[in-house]
Amino acid sequence: MRDLFTLSLIASTIRLATPLVLAALGGLFSERSGVINIALEGKMLAGAFTAAAVTYAADTRFHMGNASPWVGLLAGMIAGLFIAAIYAVTCIKFKADQVVSGAAINILMLGIPGFLSGAFFLSSGSTPQLPKDHLLPQSPVVIAVAILVLVAAIWYVVYKTPFGLRLRSVGENPEAADAAGVGVSTIRYSGVLLAGVLAGMGGAYLSIGQSSLFTRNMTAGRGFIALAALIFGKWRPVQTLLACLLFGFTEAVSIQMQGAVKLPSGEDIPVQFIQMVPYVLTIVVLAGFIGSSRPPRALGIPYQKEK
Amino acid sequence: MTKLARDLLFPLIAVVAAFIVGGILILLVGDNPIDAYRLLLGSALSWPDGIGYTLFHATPLIFTGLAVLVGFRCGLFNIGAEGQLYIAAFATAWVGITFANLTPWLLVPFCFAAAIFSGAFWAAIPGVLKARFGSHEVINTIMLNFIAVALVSYFTQYHYKVPGDPIMETATIGPGAHIARFGKFVPGFPERIPLNLAFLLALLCCLLVYVFLWRTKWGYEIRATGSNPSAAEYGGISIRKQIVFAMAVSGALAGMVGINDVLGYRYRYYDGFSDNYGFTGIAVALLGRNHPVGVILAALLFAALQHGGIYVDGFSEHVTKDIVQVLQGIIILFVAAEAFFKWLVGRRPLFTRLRA
Repeated sequence: MRDLFTLSLIASTIRLATPLVLAALGGLFSERSGVINIALEGKMLAGAFTAAAVTYAADTRFHMGNASPWVGLLAGMIAGLFIAAIYAVTCIKFKADQVVSGAAINILMLGIPGFLSGAFFLSSGSTPQLPKDHLLPQSPVVIAVAILVLVAAIWYVVYKTPFGLRLRSVGENPEAADAAGVGVSTIRYSGVLLAGVLAGMGGAYLSIGQSSLFTRNMTAGRGFIALAALIFGKWRPVQTLLACLLFGFTEAVSIQMQGAVKLPSGEDIPVQFIQMVPYVLTIVVLAGFIGSSRPPRALGIPYQKEK
Repeated sequence: MTKLARDLLFPLIAVVAAFIVGGILILLVGDNPIDAYRLLLGSALSWPDGIGYTLFHATPLIFTGLAVLVGFRCGLFNIGAEGQLYIAAFATAWVGITFANLTPWLLVPFCFAAAIFSGAFWAAIPGVLKARFGSHEVINTIMLNFIAVALVSYFTQYHYKVPGDPIMETATIGPGAHIARFGKFVPGFPERIPLNLAFLLALLCCLLVYVFLWRTKWGYEIRATGSNPSAAEYGGISIRKQIVFAMAVSGALAGMVGINDVLGYRYRYYDGFSDNYGFTGIAVALLGRNHPVGVILAALLFAALQHGGIYVDGFSEHVTKDIVQVLQGIIILFVAAEAFFKWLVGRRPLFTRLRA
């Protein structure tokens, strides 16, 4: 148990938590405005695929060298935004069921990247390998600083700006917000689109930061872990960050231990039980066993202006 | 327009629209959509392989489609069919391995019971969590999916794998637990095609679900809870009980996927066997308008696509089997938008949701 907390484990915790933090904070904007976001997974996939494909094109076709991962990152964010726009229009304008449309987006994005990489790269679902020096920065210190700045900025936006106040009021009580002159739809569109940008960014970090290519279904449920972290963090930025770090840590442990963790007593904990931790914790917290995690009151309910 | 025509028309519009969008995508990547679709559907309709495999693939989708349907009718969204069917398939194999020497007359019913009750149990957990603590079944079923996958993978790896086997699968079940493949009694139908009696069980379940929901008091109470919870409560129905009951029935249906895969196809539990059956079940239920007959039709469509996708992968230049997933996603999006259309013209929504 002692050699569990090595420097390399901390470093990999930070790296693995990064996509989760980005996606979960994106989800925070969407859910705080009252729109459920089970589509985070699909948006991450969109970001991951687009970032890897565009970085590859920028690198080989346009010889952009060190700038190419940044172009890729931007493209990944735009892809997330694009998918979020489809989701937003279905959920907000057409008032479709948010969970159904989210599930549709997830299924769609399981197919689209494979479909496109089959067409563009004649591969079965992955993009070509990128050179190691044309990836996003991976130094844990750099990432940690970037993440802290981002969380601070988001905390400020959510709690200290007029936009943040409107966002929270629309998610809690859209009728009252509407009566006070807040444009419910506009705020919800902003929330969902911001979620798309951040989740796309998280996906991009997965393919062109942690890894050097896109592979089929490479998020492998991270969008759902991000959602879990958001709930575990009680829809608050700082707590969500901590939840992501905890879940990143469980992932780092299960990778590092390659099978089983040895307890001091000599017994093994199979890796599957470590993988379960985030999900079990989320269920426990949601049921109110550890403090209470209460979703925004209007979460999941399309807003219908009274006539 | 009669009700039946209208019920058939809208899903048809969704499917046709999805095929058009998919066709445009195929065109954009430089292939001929007509050729791709001919390959996709043509290979799914050949005798005996195409039809045999399509019906085989339709079997789990009918079960999961019915599972999602029963949830919907109670106002619940069971995204957890995937986890429920994993737990159930493992439990089925466990009974088949542990009691391998029993006579088939006992072993097969035991295995059936294992599939049904373990699926029901796993689905009842989010039901109880919602009824008791008010926590949202969507989140809990998603979380329980991951827990289920990890749990059965642990049992497979540590306790039921044949030593030395590099594949993550359990030992084989006793021969007494096998259920017959169609090849056994349909002349000219090769036994290598894994279509088995579970398909007939799936059709029977469609009938039973219909009778249960629309012809019994229990079903009436579930539907009353789904369409107007406060009125149902006022009328003396315990909503909490209905939530747990509906989730259990839903999970039992999802669990029967284990019968098809373990008793009729692989004769063992194979880790990761489900080809997104639980999630495709959502598409099946929605496209099938949450009606058992619609579920059969939608399951056949998705199964045909799934089987045809394999041929598209092999024989077309740019289009891969991913087109199937793309079509599925677009179909659900259109169906979701259709619920809005219904609402627009002043009818009741496709289903109502309970608040979180």
